[in-house]
Amino acid sequence: MADETDIEIREELAAADAVRPEKFERAICIRGLKNQFGDAVVHEDLSLDVRSGEILGVVGGSGTGKSVLMRSIIGLQTPAEGEIEVYGKTLDTIADEEESRDLRRRWGVMFQGGALFSTLSVAENIQVPLREYYPRLDTNLLDEIAAYKVEMVGLPPDAGPKFPAELSGGMVKRAGLARALALDPALLFLDEPTAGLDPIGAAKFDELIRELADTMGLTVFLITHDLDTLYATCDRVAVLAEKKVIAVGTIPELLATEHPWIQDYFNGPRGRAAAGGNQTAKHPVFGGDRNS
Amino acid sequence: MVARADFEHSDGADGAEVRFTGRLTLARLGDVPARLDALGPIATLDLSAIDRIDTVGAWIVTRAAKEHGSKVVGASAEAERLLDALASDKSEYRVHRDRRPAWMRMLEQVGDASAAVWNELLGIVGFFGAMIVALGTQIRARRRLRWNAIVTRFQTVGVDALPIIGLMSFLIGIVIAQQGAVQLEQFGLEVFTINLVGRASIRELGLLMTAIMVAGRSGSAFAAQIGTMKLTEEVDAMRTIGVSPMEAIVLPRVAASTITMPLLGFYASLCAIAGGGLFCWVGLDIPPLTYIQRLREIIPMTDFWIMLIKAPVFGILIGVTGCYEGMQVRQNAEEVGQRTTSAVVAAIFLVIVLDAMFAVFFSTLGWN
Repeated sequence: MADETDIEIREELAAADAVRPEKFERAICIRGLKNQFGDAVVHEDLSLDVRSGEILGVVGGSGTGKSVLMRSIIGLQTPAEGEIEVYGKTLDTIADEEESRDLRRRWGVMFQGGALFSTLSVAENIQVPLREYYPRLDTNLLDEIAAYKVEMVGLPPDAGPKFPAELSGGMVKRAGLARALALDPALLFLDEPTAGLDPIGAAKFDELIRELADTMGLTVFLITHDLDTLYATCDRVAVLAEKKVIAVGTIPELLATEHPWIQDYFNGPRGRAAAGGNQTAKHPVFGGDRNS
Repeated sequence: MVARADFEHSDGADGAEVRFTGRLTLARLGDVPARLDALGPIATLDLSAIDRIDTVGAWIVTRAAKEHGSKVVGASAEAERLLDALASDKSEYRVHRDRRPAWMRMLEQVGDASAAVWNELLGIVGFFGAMIVALGTQIRARRRLRWNAIVTRFQTVGVDALPIIGLMSFLIGIVIAQQGAVQLEQFGLEVFTINLVGRASIRELGLLMTAIMVAGRSGSAFAAQIGTMKLTEEVDAMRTIGVSPMEAIVLPRVAASTITMPLLGFYASLCAIAGGGLFCWVGLDIPPLTYIQRLREIIPMTDFWIMLIKAPVFGILIGVTGCYEGMQVRQNAEEVGQRTTSAVVAAIFLVIVLDAMFAVFFSTLGWN
């Protein structure tokens, strides 16, 4: 039996708990964002909404600040101007440490290189957030959670005790995803999840993201260069150019816009190839509701 | 207010009927798993009254259902999806490495460590051989030595080290003189402090302390630089372009440390003697001129030769060990640190072992 204080603390926490992802129609709401490094302005007057439950792809040329945008949302980069609300809360204005932790555990982040802790095994990496936020969790349960997360992201059974250096590139990405999912977040940030993977591995990873998002009801903020990933997984796509989001919508909607960069992007040789390969797959963006 | 996870149970014929309420999620789990475990056989698990469920909640339900063979009822479509995703068998998924009994692990560690030391020695000797071969090919192919690279290393290994080595040797000279004087005074032989300082610095201490300092400053730097180059695949890139890493990276560094060591060693000996001289002047009232004259009488030329013979050998050793350890880096940034540490430890250890062997050797030669 858990002791009385534990229950009390939990109830207090529950009472103070205002971050309730399922209540929000928009998971992320960005208004008038400005980011700059010295004189170089990366974003200016950037606005973007991420709807709850959708997979939003973020595309843009190199250096348009896709990663900077993600870092601003998760609080690794303080914006010069503008407001970023995640589930109705703004990170910089949260004074209360407890509240900011409460918000942080709603999201999971998978960095481009995996960013696994190299001195810990894969299973221990997955357990780090769990131990941090729920230190009273039973060790057996911790191990079981690590085991099923390893399975969920499609790692082989013997991957748990391995160290990051012993894993292949694809496995590192999967392990990074498992750690991002450790706390069962409502919101998942993926920074170029398929970069550096072979086409088969990348296709499997796309499938995995789609599957996990459906099973766990995730909202996904997905930065990518990979056109196949856009066609295979994303509900909507946001295009970053000229320091702001120039267009958001499904791929057919984007194709209807006149903007030269968007036209070049989707109608270039690679864009067409990716579109051709996916039309037969009968995907949501080309009609059909994935929730049906 | 958000309800934490809870359940109520009523006893049925085949076991308890458990009805979950609230949010069956990681954050609101509370003592549910423990209480569930404490319950006897469970016939049904009813999920119809829960607010929300996540994978952890679904796992708790799945686990209980599997253990008691109970039925899960009232699951929403969302819960059903999660339960399906977790249904497969996970018994073969491992989390920890195999654990062996403590004594076995201890034996294993001792064995591993011994084997590692032996392999490292073999590796260093092998690496030295490879370096000699590389030097041979370079000379035979009449390719010029990379003087630019060597001279750059002179700067970092030699010139930049002058202040710290000088200060250290000077202080050590004072310490030897002071400690020696205390003992020799008891016999009224404090004038022999000069013998002690002079011979010890030229023959042993000046060079030994220099070797330790160079191993710490430059041996470690070699290992870290080369290790990082291995990680960023610079070394591989060099190979594919056709540049031998031995020629471009290792030889200049070893050459620099080999040539610098005698110079640094001699400089260190002079600094130690100066330190000793200062103490003799201030503490024992022996004027500098007398001190120098006495030094000329008591230090045999062989002491100087001994230092000059040992110095390049130590230089090669430090250079080779540093470069070898750097080249062994394969996987991650952490290894660079480990290899750097072992470069320093191995170099200092080998220098002292070799120094002892030299001491025995020269005594046998009669160079006392």
